[in-house]
Amino acid sequence: MVEAIIARHAGRTVAAGEFVEVPVDFVLANDITAPLAIRAFRELGVERVFDPERVALVPDHFTPNKDVRSAEQCRVTREFAREQGIHYFEVGHGGIEHVLLPERGLVLPGEIVVGGDSHTCTYGALGAFATGMGSTDVGYSMATGKTWVRVPKTIRVELRGLLSRWVMGKDVVLHLIEKVGTSGANWCAFEFGGEIGSLPLDDRFTVANMAVEAGATAGLFPPDEEVLAYLEDRAARPFTPLYPDPDASYAEVIEVDLGNLRPLVARPHSPANVVPVDELDEVPIDQVVIGSCTNGRWRDLLMAAEVLRGRRVHPEVRCVVIPGTQGLHLRAVREGLAEVFLTAGAVLSPPTCGPCLGGHMGVLAAGESCVSTTNRNFRGRMGHPESKVYLANPAVAAASAVLGRIASPEELFGEGRG
Amino acid sequence: MTYEGRTLVVGDDVDTDAIIPAQYLVTTDPTELGRHCLQGLDPALPGKIQTGAILVAGRNFGCGSSREHAVLALKGAGIRCVVARSFARIFFRNAINLGFPVIECPGLEGIEEGHLVSVDLGAGVIRDISTQREYRMARLPHFILEILTAGGLVPWAKEKEARWR
Repeated sequence: MVEAIIARHAGRTVAAGEFVEVPVDFVLANDITAPLAIRAFRELGVERVFDPERVALVPDHFTPNKDVRSAEQCRVTREFAREQGIHYFEVGHGGIEHVLLPERGLVLPGEIVVGGDSHTCTYGALGAFATGMGSTDVGYSMATGKTWVRVPKTIRVELRGLLSRWVMGKDVVLHLIEKVGTSGANWCAFEFGGEIGSLPLDDRFTVANMAVEAGATAGLFPPDEEVLAYLEDRAARPFTPLYPDPDASYAEVIEVDLGNLRPLVARPHSPANVVPVDELDEVPIDQVVIGSCTNGRWRDLLMAAEVLRGRRVHPEVRCVVIPGTQGLHLRAVREGLAEVFLTAGAVLSPPTCGPCLGGHMGVLAAGESCVSTTNRNFRGRMGHPESKVYLANPAVAAASAVLGRIASPEELFGEGRG
Repeated sequence: MTYEGRTLVVGDDVDTDAIIPAQYLVTTDPTELGRHCLQGLDPALPGKIQTGAILVAGRNFGCGSSREHAVLALKGAGIRCVVARSFARIFFRNAINLGFPVIECPGLEGIEEGHLVSVDLGAGVIRDISTQREYRMARLPHFILEILTAGGLVPWAKEKEARWR
């Protein structure tokens, strides 16, 4: 499927391993990567971006501005966006890039999307070949509308069965990362197939989002009815979905039985350090974060709310809930989720990447532990080098917030496995 | 191109948060970033990096975020080049795009801290002068070498300006 998308853009057949120059359909960067991309763009001596409708700058990492220097980076980004007439999503009108851009219909099936953020691969959930790059690559693409890619090898992931009640896309992808390792898919793309309908679209975004934690260039789902319906009223431009060739050959085929998965946790300091929640020794926690480009979507908020409704966050735990966009935040208010979170003793943050990368809105002190629905638990990722991050799905995070230790929602709902 | 220097040795999976913690991503100045280079791995490391050092790493060096600041920090700290058993994709691209040599050598082992090492890109050989051992590097594809030799993606693109004008 990746080869088909690259081939259509290159105008010829391509093979894995080849270096190809291709036109890009959309380019993005954030408040951290944009300033360097703008510098590269200026150094190229180009006046205008290749197409202002196909470039977006999203301030989300250190916003609302956490200090003077991040405010300056946002100012540089904002001024460039105004000068070029490109998409810019101001605080109060936007959110986390990888939750926001699909919501706005700006990234579409069959397209090639490059972004100055490693989690650009999120859009693979819609059937785009979307991949993270550095700022110089992004500056080059903004200027030329092109990029170079090494055609990735494809690892096929066959999904079978149905998810159990408290198992989510997060558990699917943690299982996959455990299986292949943090560099096992380097220069490869995952192609998901089989019973993909078992994964709600929000869960597919989570899976595609964390493909990069296995080293993958991208992770793609074929765009099914659910995706086409999702895009019906929001696609910003016409698009042509592409699907896997039935005769395609794969570097590797991995089968995942969704019905056998249990809620998982990735222990410090690697996303591949995975264990089922109920096999973990007692781990007391100081903080819970529910949100991010990985798990800041509607179903994530719903699952967390289901656990927190009528319960209280443990008195020794700080629980930070971060809807991914302004729209999701508003919906959480309108549909009563905000009240559930606030009544439970969680705080509700404006959309930001903030705590995920130790920026703001929930940075950890030495010796503290956090259950987080984010994507990385590297040493020092969320603050002090001696802090610890455990990655989990939003339902597990919420249950842990209530119990003050890492726990499965099954403990609160009096169920056995499954 | 040949680089010679004393080694600084790190392990597997050195991620970009270890190379440059996110709290320093409020600047794009290489010198300032260089002062915090590898601080996430060990707070004492930035003080130990000698100008002209060759960084020797294990597998998956540079995994994690797309921050080009990681390459700027290494450059700013005065590191000459990185030799690793393997690199994460985005870091590898970023290094090449900024004209910073990254050399993949799957068979790399036994090079210790402080060894004198030479890296000969033309011959494709890494020589540990302290132990007299030699290692073959994975050859860079022609296209990548072209960008690296030009000094990075921007100078390479400017040389080929006609490509889009």
